Amino acid sequence: MAANTGTYLIRGASILGGEPADLLIRDGVIAETGTGLSAEDRAEDVTVIDASGLVALPGMVDVHTHLREPGREDAETVETGTRAAALGGYTAVHAMANSTPVADTAGVVEQVYTLGRTAGWVDVRPVGAVTVGLAGEQLAELGAMADSRARVRMFSDDGICVHDPVLMRRALEYVKAFDGVVAQHAQEPRLTAGAQMNEGEVSAVLGLAGWPAVAEESIIARDVLLAQHVGSRLHVCHVSTAGSVEIIRWAKERGINVTAEVTPHHLLLTDDLVRSYDPVFKVNPPLRTDADVQALRAGLADGTIDVVGTDHAPHPSEHKECEWAQAAMGMTGLETALSVVQHTMIETGLMTWADFARVTSTAAAKIGRLADQGRPLEAGEPANVILVDPAARWTVDPFRMATMGRNSPFKGRELPGKVVATFFKGHPTVLDGELNTPYPYADSTAGVA
Amino acid sequence: MKHLLSTENLSLANAIRILDTAEEMAAVGDREVKKLPALRGRTVVNLFFEDSTRTRISFEAAAKRLSADVINFAARGSSVSKGESLKDTAQTLSAMGADAVVIRHWASGAPHRLAATDWIDAAVINAGDGTHEHPTQALLDAFTMRRHWARLAGTGSEGADLKGMRVAIAGDVLHSRVARSNVWLLRTLGAEVTLVAPPTLLPIGVEKWPCKISYNMDETLEQGVDAVMMLRVQGERMNASFFPSTREYSRRWGFDDNRLKALDTLGMKDTIIMHPGPMNRGLEISAAAADSPRSTVLAQVRNGVSVRMAALYLLLSGDTREPAATPALAYAGTHSTKESN
Amino acid sequence: MTSVTSAPVPARVVLSQADIDRALTRIAHEILEANKGSQDLVLLGIPRRGYPLALRLAEKIAAADSTVDAAAIVGQLDVTMFRDDLSHQGTRPPYPTKLPRTGIDNKVVVLIDDVLYSGRTIRAALDALIDLGRPRIVRLAVLIDRGHRELPIRADHVGKNLPTSSAEKVRVRLAETDTAPGGSPVNEVVIEGRS
Ligand SMILES: [Zn+2]
Repeated sequence: MAANTGTYLIRGASILGGEPADLLIRDGVIAETGTGLSAEDRAEDVTVIDASGLVALPGMVDVHTHLREPGREDAETVETGTRAAALGGYTAVHAMANSTPVADTAGVVEQVYTLGRTAGWVDVRPVGAVTVGLAGEQLAELGAMADSRARVRMFSDDGICVHDPVLMRRALEYVKAFDGVVAQHAQEPRLTAGAQMNEGEVSAVLGLAGWPAVAEESIIARDVLLAQHVGSRLHVCHVSTAGSVEIIRWAKERGINVTAEVTPHHLLLTDDLVRSYDPVFKVNPPLRTDADVQALRAGLADGTIDVVGTDHAPHPSEHKECEWAQAAMGMTGLETALSVVQHTMIETGLMTWADFARVTSTAAAKIGRLADQGRPLEAGEPANVILVDPAARWTVDPFRMATMGRNSPFKGRELPGKVVATFFKGHPTVLDGELNTPYPYADSTAGVA
Repeated sequence: MKHLLSTENLSLANAIRILDTAEEMAAVGDREVKKLPALRGRTVVNLFFEDSTRTRISFEAAAKRLSADVINFAARGSSVSKGESLKDTAQTLSAMGADAVVIRHWASGAPHRLAATDWIDAAVINAGDGTHEHPTQALLDAFTMRRHWARLAGTGSEGADLKGMRVAIAGDVLHSRVARSNVWLLRTLGAEVTLVAPPTLLPIGVEKWPCKISYNMDETLEQGVDAVMMLRVQGERMNASFFPSTREYSRRWGFDDNRLKALDTLGMKDTIIMHPGPMNRGLEISAAAADSPRSTVLAQVRNGVSVRMAALYLLLSGDTREPAATPALAYAGTHSTKESN
Repeated sequence: MTSVTSAPVPARVVLSQADIDRALTRIAHEILEANKGSQDLVLLGIPRRGYPLALRLAEKIAAADSTVDAAAIVGQLDVTMFRDDLSHQGTRPPYPTKLPRTGIDNKVVVLIDDVLYSGRTIRAALDALIDLGRPRIVRLAVLIDRGHRELPIRADHVGKNLPTSSAEKVRVRLAETDTAPGGSPVNEVVIEGRS
């Protein structure tokens, strides 16, 4: 149950970008809302936070995070990754399965889950592998992971596409038994053998092997039809092309139960940046063209794309300080996601802060089946709340981030928006824009149980 | 010009400057004493992550003719076996006091990485990177074409460009750094380029390049060309279904004896046949074409040394401790301050 | 490097067009005299202004000796690659070296330059020359000798000795290579700066 986390009165925050109101947080929930709430005349000590000019939003939920532990603790640990998440405004993250060992058994997902609770910065929801060892040959024990203490609902071989159509069909069908979802990394492997960047004008000039849009789109097209056929739930990871948006829009119009995510970097960056051959821009799926960026923004704005997922992928520096072809794919994202989405979606007039809450929290919690995340900011709801200063401007410096990864593609850019406070289960993990303390789980010392 | 990484961003003035300087270097090659003291005390490292004896000895000869000290460094580290990292290698060379690094690498963009990072503070010359660029090859090709074009016009090459020259580049454009570097440089010099290749061996996006595209070798010849450059095609591309068989390839896209005869019947007596080497005789070029008087293959090799001398000289002879002045200013300045020598 | 100065530099003309012409005529006669005729003479101009001076001298020699074909005895000797100050200057693109058809072996080569100063250009020219052949005699003719030698080198024929301070600049402007600030060709030698 909720530990003693103090009482906080947030005064004058713009709720989801709307009218200012006060929120009283106590015992892990939003106890009261209204205007002119008073800190006086209360039995307990109340910490008052002046939130005028700040926007109050539900804590963000990432559907796509690589925390690297177990196995690559030189790249990131659950502790450092979740610190970054809290600073970025997150109260829950889905930890991808491509750890070492792979999160393909109840034992590994429970380990990650426990590491998350020990850290206490956010809710860590392990993603289970679809196939044993991500090898794409044999289903992992999906049911056992679903039944474990980690209560896994999202399954993904992320990084590797479940390209065998029969295996994909079986996975989609099987997870219906526990309301699970298969999150597909859509990448036709034969069409992308050796691929280094988006195939197009820029790859032609740079002489880097092309990664055609059709390699993503053909898998998505197949998968939505499979999902329709077996009546199952499909989630498409990090959609990156205009064609993918169209296919998903078509699928949704047909009533197919599909959700989709887009990363912040695909909302802002294009393959033109690869001209520098700086591997900080090497990512899977690759950065695409400006036309794709615009289509992704439009898709996110009109609901075709349901959520923003960071695909936060920290790498040790030696994996990026090398030739493009030798470099690892991936970018950090937890501490820049809010700013990039504000910059690309809100400041362009495509979305409101209420929409922001939907794509970064409400819809994401629904996909991951997280009952106490992505809730309205109303009395009685779990106090997973963030306060954002939308007027702040800051310059991205990877060396000042909490993540161990220095591979931010936004390095040196000035971005808007700053997380001032993050309340996780009613406890401030971030205050005044700085890390505070983790949530004191009552059983955290027994986390190894 | 601190580095020579690509021809894509090489200005016309710099291109002409390199070609003109190469003419002076070529004159040295005709003398009894073929050595110049210009780069005495400078160290040039040939850093080869990919075997290419031809290119390496060409650079080695160029550096030695300019009296530079040459270190050959055959680095291990293929795409498969991860060897010494580029960063560590570069820092090692930096510590050894390399003034220029001539780098050949299987990975596109590796020379750009060397030039853009602070791993090493030497001039970087791209001696071929992956399927990206091979700027000195394009420069030696342009040098060869310019001499031919000037001779036809009855003028000198110095200061000349290639305006009006029609060049066909045929073969595996997709995987060819030579084709890329030539397309950009020839555009800059004013030539009209046509790429002739099977559609499978042209990159997606090629339609944005400053050249014409053709799938038909015979039509291209009929429309008139002044130079035909045949690209090396690797037989193993056949196994990746880029074309059905080497026989079909050579019949449709190769420069065979029939096409050699066609040049005569079409009245193109001055058209030259070029190849960057090494040639697959009988595949992309017939033996008769390779050995015909039209072939410039050996001239290209010879010119390679002159062009590389020019590149090394222009990158290394100036004061590298200061940011380089703009070429025009440096040029003017050199000769208007004669009294201060 | 070029000194691009914003304030006007005090400049005075030390040789006019007529002065230059007289000096060259005298040098032409001195060369013939020293050589006891035009036998085996080769004039090599050092770019940039030495070359037009060599051409002018050859014309004057041909005028004095009708057996001489002026064009056949003049060449250009580029010394850029032989300089000892390459790494302290901006990059200098080389000029062509052009020798007369007769070559230089066993010839009497007269090096021609506009200004003799430190002597380092001539040192480089001697090195360049040796790589090209083996002249019987090498002489040096300059339009201006301004002193400040840094090497044991002296000119055999001098148009004008011009004592200068090293802060001053001597500018030779020839119609073949230079234009006046207004754009019209000039023939003059000026000194810029205060002594
Ligand atoms: Zn992925």
